[in-house]
Amino acid sequence: MALDQSFVGRSYPPTDPYEVGREKIREFAEAVGDPNPAYTDAEAAKAFGHSDVIAPPTFVFTITFKAAGQVIQDPQLGLDYSRVVHGDQKFAYTRPVRAGDRLTVTSTIEAIKSLAGNDILDIRGEVHDEAGEHVVTAWTKLVARAAEEG
Amino acid sequence: MTAKIAYEDVEVGTELPAQAFPVTRATLVQYAGASGDFNPIHWNEKFAVEVGLPDVIAHGMFTMAEAIRVVTDWVGDPGAVVEYGVRFTKPVVVPNDDTGATIDVSAKVGAKLDDNTVRVDLTAMSAGQKVLGMSRAVVRLA
Repeated sequence: MALDQSFVGRSYPPTDPYEVGREKIREFAEAVGDPNPAYTDAEAAKAFGHSDVIAPPTFVFTITFKAAGQVIQDPQLGLDYSRVVHGDQKFAYTRPVRAGDRLTVTSTIEAIKSLAGNDILDIRGEVHDEAGEHVVTAWTKLVARAAEEG
Repeated sequence: MTAKIAYEDVEVGTELPAQAFPVTRATLVQYAGASGDFNPIHWNEKFAVEVGLPDVIAHGMFTMAEAIRVVTDWVGDPGAVVEYGVRFTKPVVVPNDDTGATIDVSAKVGAKLDDNTVRVDLTAMSAGQKVLGMSRAVVRLA
């Protein structure tokens, strides 16, 4: 069942702020096995010109994907999440995410395509800090595989 | 931003030091907890097989996180990454044994851009398969 094209361009309300914790960054950096001191040592981060420890580049996905739940679970859109795989992922950064940030995400449906029975959904998540300044944009392509016959 | 690699010292074709990243079931459980992605295809073999996968597979975002380390280890400051994008082409299959799987990442400079930035083209392989496609990062150098 192809998704409704009229959803292209639809934006969802900004999420409540997510406060980026120092220990959450450490936990994430340990989980990906990355010993870069910019993630755990505020002095090392300052030596790179940052005001506090920063998060690994892909950390923000944990926030934007949760925000994309507004789209994925929109009953009017009707995406079959049980058949969804992650196709592409891209980030464009104005600055790195850092400890203490309070981030909101605004999700927008950029494109809906149907290809060989697969539904392809492009979601853009704009991430802003408490001052309203842009931090990073995340583009997530989800592919809902065609349902099998019978 | 202080990158330890100077723009002047880099040419198109310059290779970054390649790295191999091990991934076991324990790695995936730890990543699930840290990222909040508890999809059972990343830790439950029975479930993974039932939905048509050969075995438990790594989170695509875990592979993406490992691949960029070749770039951030090269420049020093992870905040120097301006853009980063990948396509998930094949899953990283992680068997339930002592060794798990390995993600081999190589990278080279694909283009020199404006404002002291370069485009780095990444290649990520696991078990002979290309697991990331169109994998590119733009990074600001000193």
